[in-house]
Amino acid sequence: MREYTERIREAAKRLLSEQRVDTVIGFRRGTVPFMNEPFLVKSVDQVDQLYWDSNCGINLANYLPKRTDRVAVVAKGCDSRNIVVHLLENQIKRDQLYILGAPCRGMVDKRRMMADLKGKEPLHAEENGKEIKVSGRGFQVTFDRQTYLQSNCAICTHRNPVVYDELLGDPVEEQQGVDRYPDVRRIEAMSVDERWRYFQELIAPCIRCYACRNACPLCYCPTCFVDESRPQWVGKTIDPTDTLTFHFLRAYHVAGRCTDCGSCERACPVGIEVRKFTKKLEKEVKELYGYEAGVTPDQRPPLDTFKPGDPEPFIK
Amino acid sequence: MSDIYISRGKFPEIIGQLMARYRVYAPVLKGEYHEFAKIEKTEEADLGYQNTRLSPKGLFHPHAERMFEYSLVKDDPQAGILKEAPKDFSPRVVLGIRPCDAKAFQLDDVNFDTTAYQDPWWVRRRQTTTLIGLACNEPCGTCFCTSLGTGPFDTAGLDVLLVDTGEGYTAQVLTQKGKDVVGITSGWESVSRTVSEKMEGLRKSAEDSLGRQFDFDPIKQKDMLELFNASFWDEVQFACINCGTCTFLCPTCWCFDIQDEVWGDKGDRIRLWDSCMFPLFTFHGSGHNPRSQKLQRVRQRFMHKLKYYPDKYHNGAACVGCGRCVKFCPVNIDIREVVRRMSATCVCPA
Amino acid sequence: MNNPYLPYPVRIDSVVTETEDRNLKTFKLVFLNPEDEQKFKYNPGQFAELSIAGLGEIPIGIATSPTEKGFIKFTVNKVGKVTNHLHNMKEGDIMGVRGPLGNWYPWDALEGKNVVIIGGGFAFTTLRSSIVYMLDPANRSRFGDITVVYGARSPGLLLYKDELAAWEQRKDINMHITVDGTDDPNWKYNVGFVPAVTKQKAPSAENSYAIICGPPIMIKFTLPVLTELGFPPERIISSLEMRMKCGIGICGRCNIGSEYVCKDGPVFTLEQLSKLPNEY
Repeated sequence: MREYTERIREAAKRLLSEQRVDTVIGFRRGTVPFMNEPFLVKSVDQVDQLYWDSNCGINLANYLPKRTDRVAVVAKGCDSRNIVVHLLENQIKRDQLYILGAPCRGMVDKRRMMADLKGKEPLHAEENGKEIKVSGRGFQVTFDRQTYLQSNCAICTHRNPVVYDELLGDPVEEQQGVDRYPDVRRIEAMSVDERWRYFQELIAPCIRCYACRNACPLCYCPTCFVDESRPQWVGKTIDPTDTLTFHFLRAYHVAGRCTDCGSCERACPVGIEVRKFTKKLEKEVKELYGYEAGVTPDQRPPLDTFKPGDPEPFIK
Repeated sequence: MSDIYISRGKFPEIIGQLMARYRVYAPVLKGEYHEFAKIEKTEEADLGYQNTRLSPKGLFHPHAERMFEYSLVKDDPQAGILKEAPKDFSPRVVLGIRPCDAKAFQLDDVNFDTTAYQDPWWVRRRQTTTLIGLACNEPCGTCFCTSLGTGPFDTAGLDVLLVDTGEGYTAQVLTQKGKDVVGITSGWESVSRTVSEKMEGLRKSAEDSLGRQFDFDPIKQKDMLELFNASFWDEVQFACINCGTCTFLCPTCWCFDIQDEVWGDKGDRIRLWDSCMFPLFTFHGSGHNPRSQKLQRVRQRFMHKLKYYPDKYHNGAACVGCGRCVKFCPVNIDIREVVRRMSATCVCPA
Repeated sequence: MNNPYLPYPVRIDSVVTETEDRNLKTFKLVFLNPEDEQKFKYNPGQFAELSIAGLGEIPIGIATSPTEKGFIKFTVNKVGKVTNHLHNMKEGDIMGVRGPLGNWYPWDALEGKNVVIIGGGFAFTTLRSSIVYMLDPANRSRFGDITVVYGARSPGLLLYKDELAAWEQRKDINMHITVDGTDDPNWKYNVGFVPAVTKQKAPSAENSYAIICGPPIMIKFTLPVLTELGFPPERIISSLEMRMKCGIGICGRCNIGSEYVCKDGPVFTLEQLSKLPNEY
């Protein structure tokens, strides 16, 4: 993935100096292993800070709403789908955007690598093709990139950007025959009590920091329902009822819009598998309406349109 | 009292003796991370940890704390009158806390325990808690305590400092509370010369590995409004998604909200961690919000820690360099970079 | 240990609707325990947290003067959850008061000085407290001339109408009541915005302090007038509004620069404010 770095810098330099765009949104190299920082380039002299590797999992579409300038943005498959959702929801105009499409082989999961380091602290990480060399005090290990993909990337079926103005590399082969929902089916198969317990345990570590919500490009509401105080829909404590209400309602709110970019899980400081909620809704929308969010730029999402033939078995 | 020593094998007995007299809180592995929890068995305490994911501030300032309770029964003459919620203030030992986190409590004390007002829950918990610290032999790559006036072997906030010397622990007793706690335990020996030398070696290598990562002092001299109006905040804030991770994990972020919650005809007044990262934090009833922009909120957090607090209390920064925010920020905003920018010779105005 | 978060229980003694839009009501509160009233010693300019079990607390300026004994009063604008509920409460209902909180107008420094009070809309509450305090027979001789400019959008939105009329009759206070506009043919006071009326009445800055409270737009346009009249920034005093919770400088919410507005304020001189970030 690192080969994109030079191409991003080259494109940014060109677009800025030709005044095609006012700014470029990409990543710069992080200060700690497995992290990069979303970065806004405003002038050509900042271009060389732009960077790309397998730690660019944060969805850059999140930084687009309400921008008024002409902006170039580096977009993986999922980011590009969220750009499509933004366009459909009038959060940004297409002619403001210059999309640098990044065909993607998946981002790596910091949390799983950390878990496998079993308490040893990584001080340096260097990516080299299919390998990630990690070293720290008195140890060196090599991780296979493919094995440590973020779980959403491992089951991704849209690795190539769906909209772009130029591509940073040749399209990658899409993964075929992926079963996206074994975990959802496992939860569906649980008894009601079992499932309730499962959800309670899932969200038990939540500290209500809202990193999942804030990392999500779809969560652009001016005031989120959990912050509303007149009326107050949700209590603010870490009582499981309040926490579950937050996670459930957020999942419903992104139904038919979520691209499974994984930013929510990546951002969560306590490692909650937030996607267990969103994926169930994704599956429902796919099964009921045959719709995948952000794939077709001219098709409105099923939950904001009505067709006489829409299935409605869930209305009882 | 000179330093004392106990072998690793006998140490669980010390924990057991403490548990007989105190509520003992220690780092316990829960899932992938450690957190401070009350232990019921000596072996639950895991002193081989690096540090907890959440800072131990919750021991004194819980995430959600019932302050008062009240009845809302219509005919109850006491209805609507707030009563203190009962709490356990029995003596407590926190075992294995890191020196940076203990120092953080001291920095927080000046907020919770002032001449004008004493926060009753913070103050009582501080009074009834003895902190037995554990020196950091191997600081993390994200640690920068030595750059902010504390360190891996700092005794400032502790009652006792333990050092893991491999075959055992040395204990340096620092306060009367520390003396009292050690006084009820037995099995200690005097520190041999070898152990003492080893301890010094560990201290030196830990401090050397941290080094001095930036110079905080220039910020003290700088004009508050000059820093406030600096142009670099625009770049610092860009990546921020305004979640509360940094504030919730931070040992010196104490800001809280007060909320009432009603359950049928009973209610509680609760205080909850809050975050200056959230727009609602400063949202007026009138609809006006003095910090409506992300830039303002990001700047507030760093300025509060690194400029407002030092200017108010002349007590150094409200940061102990524990590195949790660096480690867990989902978008890699690194406070060390912010300090470097704030302390740079030239701060360009916006 | 004294718990600074615990409200004193009080009984609502009376409720008066102040304005014709019915959005402002004045609540007269009596302490259930007489010893609590002894502890509640305040100065004009301070505020308190009004507490309603089940809903929460709101910071409100104390409208009474410490020279008025046996009760305290708060004039409350209906804006949010707590204030809406409060507006529906009645005589005899029990609620809580926590305070007094914050600093106050600098009464020691004001001694021997002329005092110009400029207020707009419903921000007149602690100014009422100050006027009543200064007019008290025991205090009146401690201050020089007292000039008041008080404006509201219309006559029906003025607070404390009976008292305003009574003060108009007195010789020891210069009252300049004004409204932005009115179609009432019997309106006998000024018509015009507060900054314009202040300019027209031109109170002398000589040996004077100005205390100004009101909507931000009024303050913004009145400050240049005061400067023109010769008031230096250290003699222009204002009171800040901020979202607050604890009221005692602990919860961190109202922090601006090195100050906590609830404890180090809410009263600041213009000179002090000029050294703070303008995040209020």
